[in-house]
Amino acid sequence: MALSEKDARYVAELAHLELSDEELKIFVPQLDSVLTYVEKLNQLDTTGVEPMAQVTYPAAENSSLRDDQARKIFDSEQALQNAPEQGPGYFKVPQVIEKE
Amino acid sequence: MRAGLRFFDTLCRRSSAGKNRFIIVDLTNLTIDEVSGLLGERKASAVEIAQAHLGRIKEKDPEIRSYLTVASEKALAQARAVDEKIAAGQGLAPLAGVPVAIKDVILTRGLRTTCAAKMLEEFVAPYDATSVQRLDAAGAVFLGKTNCDEFAMGSSTENSGFFPTRNPREPERVPGGSSGGSAAAVAAHLAVASLGSDTGGSIRQPASFCGVTGMMGTYGRVSRYGLVAFASSLDHIGPFGRSVRDLAHVLQVIAGPDPLDSTTARVPVPDYLSTIEDGAGSYKVGIPEECFKGLEPRVGDNIQKGMKALEKLGCKLVPIRMPHTEYAVACYYIICTAEASSNLARYDGVRYGFRSAGYDGLRDMYKKTREGGFGPEVKRRILLGTYALSSGYYEAYYRKAQKVRTLIARDYLDAFKEVDVVLTPTSPFPAFKIGEMVDDPLAMYLADIYTVTASLAGLPGISVPCGRTGQKYGSPSLPVGMQLIGRHFEEASLLQLARAFEKAGGFELS
Repeated sequence: MALSEKDARYVAELAHLELSDEELKIFVPQLDSVLTYVEKLNQLDTTGVEPMAQVTYPAAENSSLRDDQARKIFDSEQALQNAPEQGPGYFKVPQVIEKE
Repeated sequence: MRAGLRFFDTLCRRSSAGKNRFIIVDLTNLTIDEVSGLLGERKASAVEIAQAHLGRIKEKDPEIRSYLTVASEKALAQARAVDEKIAAGQGLAPLAGVPVAIKDVILTRGLRTTCAAKMLEEFVAPYDATSVQRLDAAGAVFLGKTNCDEFAMGSSTENSGFFPTRNPREPERVPGGSSGGSAAAVAAHLAVASLGSDTGGSIRQPASFCGVTGMMGTYGRVSRYGLVAFASSLDHIGPFGRSVRDLAHVLQVIAGPDPLDSTTARVPVPDYLSTIEDGAGSYKVGIPEECFKGLEPRVGDNIQKGMKALEKLGCKLVPIRMPHTEYAVACYYIICTAEASSNLARYDGVRYGFRSAGYDGLRDMYKKTREGGFGPEVKRRILLGTYALSSGYYEAYYRKAQKVRTLIARDYLDAFKEVDVVLTPTSPFPAFKIGEMVDDPLAMYLADIYTVTASLAGLPGISVPCGRTGQKYGSPSLPVGMQLIGRHFEEASLLQLARAFEKAGGFELS
């Protein structure tokens, strides 16, 4: 077993997912089989191999940075139009700071 | 096309017997060149072409279910604008009046963009993706938004949060995925061309399942601005079409640097159409031995025939080795899930999308929102990615996968010293039955073996129809796709080779 139910609960907590017991029962063996499978990467010796985080190709330095200029894309009303709860000019969230 | 021409749209298929004395043009069976020709000669209007497609969608899509949103009003408004420009004597824009469909992970201003996710069921994009804005500026007509796997995670479109799409060639089967709706819409003549997105094969594989062509450019060739992020170092936008020329037309419009996506390359975009008819010439085509080991003959037979056809066209087939191929799926699924777990952290019920009811405090709101808003495959991938990035596992999984990614990219660099193009099947098997693989995520992941390597290396890839499975393998006879992978920024070579193959092949399906 690469992944126990306890591991899965811990990872779900990290990812802000509240999984039901039924979901865990299905996911744990599925995730375990994937994690067991990916362990095959350990067959490869990668000593001295640079990790690849992004696709790269020859280009001039900073060639892809645009000028740092403000541009208007959409206003706050448009930015708020998809919010589940909103007030005038802001997103509404549940109370964050606990009362004494 | 002659004078006295009359147009029928839905009627014309039945009247092909020739009884009708008019020349019948099926307005839903057009290439982009033909759309331009009809509009240029004023033998059809953009509105007529749009209406023909909208009519066919109404008739056929209740069965196929390729669209999540049909944008009739928008389409007709765009078509009218095209017709007005023509009436005013203005020149035709490159995609004037071409009806296209757009995968629902690509933002379209004022139109619902759901990512086929309950999480974004009501989301209306406040801006256009760069590729969408460029299509619009080029005169394209947006028929609507197409179904896909939720947040583009899947290989069958069965993970859509709304409903599965059926393969137009065989309705009991999946269209592939994740861009299954975009592939099916083009295959069923519910659009002339479409946009999909490809992270590990999500354009190429459904193109092969549905018997159409599909292409992913080099990473950085097409802007990702406005593509809802799944795995940012692997995501691409690319076209589907019923012909290779149509792919070239669409790619021409959407390719090129974009100040809004710093990963787009400042590499000039060549004129793809100017070289596309130049033939297969003396291309050296690499055949990786690893990709044919254990390949099902019902796919292998066709790929062998395809290889022979290329040889006949003047290509030289060169056996090559790609020794890290067998590690590609493992590498890909660590990297893409890690990136996904980070990208999908934004769905927190605050700025957009679904927010669960009945929570107790902020943290509980996040958890209940994500629990209720995401489907099972998205949750699995978030869990996998979070695990691979978590303390104690980062080095063993994520870092290791990044190093293996380097080895896979090197396999290609080595191959391209000897050959111009690498050829593989697009998928190890043709379209499977709806429901057949849903309970086995690992088996579904393994099917991405031929497409993920090019994604990891950032290379351009194209899938072209390569006939149908032979009768001896039973019915139904299903489309098979052949994949060609090229050097960075050599999309023109892929298009040229694919076009020569398509022209010579006898492999055309549409």
